[in-house]
Amino acid sequence: MKFLTTNFVRCPISKCDNSLKAFPLQYKNCELIQEELEFNPEFLANILDRLNWEAIIAVAGDLGNDSLPPTKPENVDPKDPENEQLLKDLHTLLIETQITEGEMHCGECGHIYYIKSSIPNFLLPPHLV
Amino acid sequence: MNSHSEEEQRMISVEDPALREQIYVHTVYNEIAPHFSHTRYKQWPIVEEFLKSRTLGSIGLDVGCGNGKYLGANKNVYIIGSDRSDQLVNLAYTNNSKIQSFSDTLVADGLKLPHFGNSFDFVISIAVIHHFSTPERRIEAIKHIISKLNVGGEALIYVWALEQQNSRRGWKEGMPQDILVPWVLQKNKKKKNRNDEDQEGTQEEEPETKMRYYHLYKKGELEENAEAAGAEVVRNGYERDNWWAVIKRK
Ligand SMILES: C[S@@+](CC[C@H](N)C(=O)[O-])C[C@H]1O[C@@H](n2cnc3c(N)ncnc32)[C@H](O)[C@@H]1O
Ligand SMILES: [Zn+2]
Repeated sequence: MKFLTTNFVRCPISKCDNSLKAFPLQYKNCELIQEELEFNPEFLANILDRLNWEAIIAVAGDLGNDSLPPTKPENVDPKDPENEQLLKDLHTLLIETQITEGEMHCGECGHIYYIKSSIPNFLLPPHLV
Repeated sequence: MNSHSEEEQRMISVEDPALREQIYVHTVYNEIAPHFSHTRYKQWPIVEEFLKSRTLGSIGLDVGCGNGKYLGANKNVYIIGSDRSDQLVNLAYTNNSKIQSFSDTLVADGLKLPHFGNSFDFVISIAVIHHFSTPERRIEAIKHIISKLNVGGEALIYVWALEQQNSRRGWKEGMPQDILVPWVLQKNKKKKNRNDEDQEGTQEEEPETKMRYYHLYKKGELEENAEAAGAEVVRNGYERDNWWAVIKRK
């Protein structure tokens, strides 16, 4: 599971739909790896606009990284060499960092979803469907 | 071919549609996953074209992604592929990590996707909706898909057609629409017919034949379902034994 994906998943249980505590999920007991992937600054600049930065910070914190800027970098021009380092750092974090094993806890209902062999599983037991 | 087989009667008599799909869809896909995946590597032209025309940095979903063959169709977009079958998602994950794609994979049910509504630029769901075994659930699945789209976002949906006179299956109008389709698990199969995407054979008594449930869509039905789900049909058509439609939220 790429770090990026943590910004796009939340608890699928209906009663958590409108809860502010159901996103982001809380990441616990996680194992990480870095997997090298092509750097695409234009792609990253576009994706950056779409991110919920507070959730990025929260999940990074869960995973032991407290070094992110507190506010989202805005209007990042991917062609400006000054932004290269920032975009490279984002690439390393969002695209290359993968959670291979771990737990995702819903802050609203407490349900735990598991990540195994890099694949998060959101299937619900029958009584919760 | 004009009426239901005994096994189909048994399948129809399972009252709970979710249980019916568990038995006749999900269990089967997990059992046939490696073999099934082996036959699914070609991208269908309209799907490929749809994905290639998404803009740089677009964010999308592939609901029922199977072995993930579309996840890298456009290297400039990010797709979260999900499927009920953990075995197929394993294969999708492996395939996706080999191709330098930004996309990702997860296990989820198409009726309970773990995503916010209103947040994706596009969705594809290729040959999946026909596995839901009541009209209500098929409409619900489409509703769920379009709820994830941004305003203006588009979903591309494919379903198997009842009208397949020209395929070797020969189904046509008037035949039963809720059927079981055999999948023959060939254990030491090496040579493969390149034009053959499905492997439904004739050896029905063979212990390795697995039956999958399908609802075959007749002409106009996909569009009706989409409208009942609150979607607007943008364009639609028929390709290779399938009905397809690009839809968006009204
Ligand atoms: C015919 S395959 C198509 C796979 C892929 N979309 C492709 O085009 O090759 C149907 C897929 O739908 C998945 N599926 C069936 N019911 C599902 C559900 N309720 N939720 C998610 N996936 C489902 C199956 O596990 C299987 O991977
Ligand atoms: Zn929850």
